[in-house]
Amino acid sequence: MLRTRSRWRRAADRITRTPAHTTRLTPLALGVAVVTVVAVALLGLLIGPGELTGDRVLAEITAQLTGGMSPLSDSEAAIVWQLRLPRVLLAALVGAALAGAGAAFQGVFRNPLADPYLLGAGAGAGMAATAVMVFVPAVTAWSLGPVGPLPLAAFAGALLGVGLSWALGRSTGGAGTAGLLLAGIAVTAFLTAIQTFVQQLNTETLKQVYTWTLGGLNITGWTDVGLVLPYVGLAAIVLVAAARLLDLLTLGDTEAASLGLRPGRIRLAVLSAASLATAAAVSVSGLIGFVGIVVPHLVRLLAGASYRVIVPLSLLGGAAFVIGADLVARTIMPGELPLGVVTAFAGAPFFALVLRTNRERLS
Amino acid sequence: MTGTPPPTALSLHDVGAGYGAEPVVQHVSLEARRGRWLAIVGPNGAGKSTVLKAVAGLVPRQGTVLLDGTDTATLPRKELARRVGYAPQNPALPERLTVTDYVLLGRAPHLGTLARESASDMSIVEDALARLDLHDMAGRRLGTLSGGEAQRAVLARVLVQRTPLLLLDEPTTGLDIGHAQTLLERLDHLRREDGTTVVTTLHDLTVAAQYADELVLLDRGGVVAAGPPSQVLTTERLREHYAADVEVLTTADGHPVVVPVRPAAVR
Repeated sequence: MLRTRSRWRRAADRITRTPAHTTRLTPLALGVAVVTVVAVALLGLLIGPGELTGDRVLAEITAQLTGGMSPLSDSEAAIVWQLRLPRVLLAALVGAALAGAGAAFQGVFRNPLADPYLLGAGAGAGMAATAVMVFVPAVTAWSLGPVGPLPLAAFAGALLGVGLSWALGRSTGGAGTAGLLLAGIAVTAFLTAIQTFVQQLNTETLKQVYTWTLGGLNITGWTDVGLVLPYVGLAAIVLVAAARLLDLLTLGDTEAASLGLRPGRIRLAVLSAASLATAAAVSVSGLIGFVGIVVPHLVRLLAGASYRVIVPLSLLGGAAFVIGADLVARTIMPGELPLGVVTAFAGAPFFALVLRTNRERLS
Repeated sequence: MTGTPPPTALSLHDVGAGYGAEPVVQHVSLEARRGRWLAIVGPNGAGKSTVLKAVAGLVPRQGTVLLDGTDTATLPRKELARRVGYAPQNPALPERLTVTDYVLLGRAPHLGTLARESASDMSIVEDALARLDLHDMAGRRLGTLSGGEAQRAVLARVLVQRTPLLLLDEPTTGLDIGHAQTLLERLDHLRREDGTTVVTTLHDLTVAAQYADELVLLDRGGVVAAGPPSQVLTTERLREHYAADVEVLTTADGHPVVVPVRPAAVR
């Protein structure tokens, strides 16, 4: 174990440590992460059921890139460009959002278990989505352009959950983090209770509610990608820009303030960006657990403790992880496994293994 | 200590501070002279740390705090952090951060919110690491440092703020007598080289008398005595405010030494 640890540590240090002993995102680390995402995304495009084999898709991609003749029929090409590609991109955006937001929450709360779900994002989205499934008949479903009522409600519900936690935490515990976490637990319990009550009102929709809460990417085109992209893009920019400030927050509010910062403002900005991205992800994918915890911790263990490394690599790592998990979810058996099941099933043992080989306190 | 005394670097007038309805300190007035060392002493709970936090703007406070004549209430937080360096008694030491990463955080007051550190920030950090003999452990993680090394890293982090005033809350916490002495000697050396004004809280009265030019004795949130160590540290005063039986001796070079004495009944 000890040898493994020092080997990982040495490898990690080689990748992320500059000669001046600062932990920075080196071109090598960034390159490895980007290549991983592209490779997994390519697998996501190539692999699928039926006659559309990997080598034929590869030929199609090559043809499109070089302007050659397409080897596929129109319907096969549509599967690649109108189904698989948007699905891969959506998985990447959802993964980046969940992992990036998890990293940000852990930094802001100085708590390795923090993630957006802890502040009621998941419970709020679950409650709102359940209410739509139970109360809104499909025929009269209101919508906003191409966006159906379910994602809209989930998005609003996620923000409602975090907003309630924030308001309750402010009113009880000031600007500190402990009050906010406790408020999150109370809000989550309350919203989950409402969700359970609502879902029991109409047992005919139980299966639909259950499927949604397990998470999944059942999309039929580019609409969802366009919906989620602005939020995830904005959040990614804010979080990467705030990485140095997140490092300063690890010193605690008092010391951060003594260095000229306003911890409350940074917290508000970072949590707002991360919550928006999470709400956008939840609105199209349902509840996918574990990504926000496992990916940032793997990055921490492998690449160092500075948020200048943790934030960008979590965004990329989350993208690769969810693309891969979604690929497994839709190919491992006929029909489809819920994505949330795959992320937990694949992520948990791997995470446990990494924890075992790095037995030190996670800070 | 001859000639005209240096000008006042820090002065507090009728300062009260603390959270909630009951302030921890009240009506505190004191002065620190430029380039000198002021030690705040007093029994547990006297409000020593709160006075430091009040100066650094880290607790709600009333009254006036002047830095070189400027009212700190008029300074933006970042500007204050360019003038006052502060280290708490138990600083956070994120254990997986490298020493260099950690010390670099001290440059924050000199950076724009979204700016990156420049080469000059790096050279200021390297200079501080060299002055505190931390160069060999620049790439070590904080969690692997000994107590003395960690305290030096904290000092380096405060030093790169390049402030004319340092506020250090019990800088020798957790250090044995040798490491404590080494750290205070280093601090005294830095103070003389840079002309920095140093304000520390110290619980060891003998050590405080050795290093500080002036002592301020606090009890129950108020100043009860101030002046040169030999005047502040008297047997009667220490009995009254610490409820301690002590004997105050004087060394050959005139420094007071506080020795605890066991009550006769127990002996």
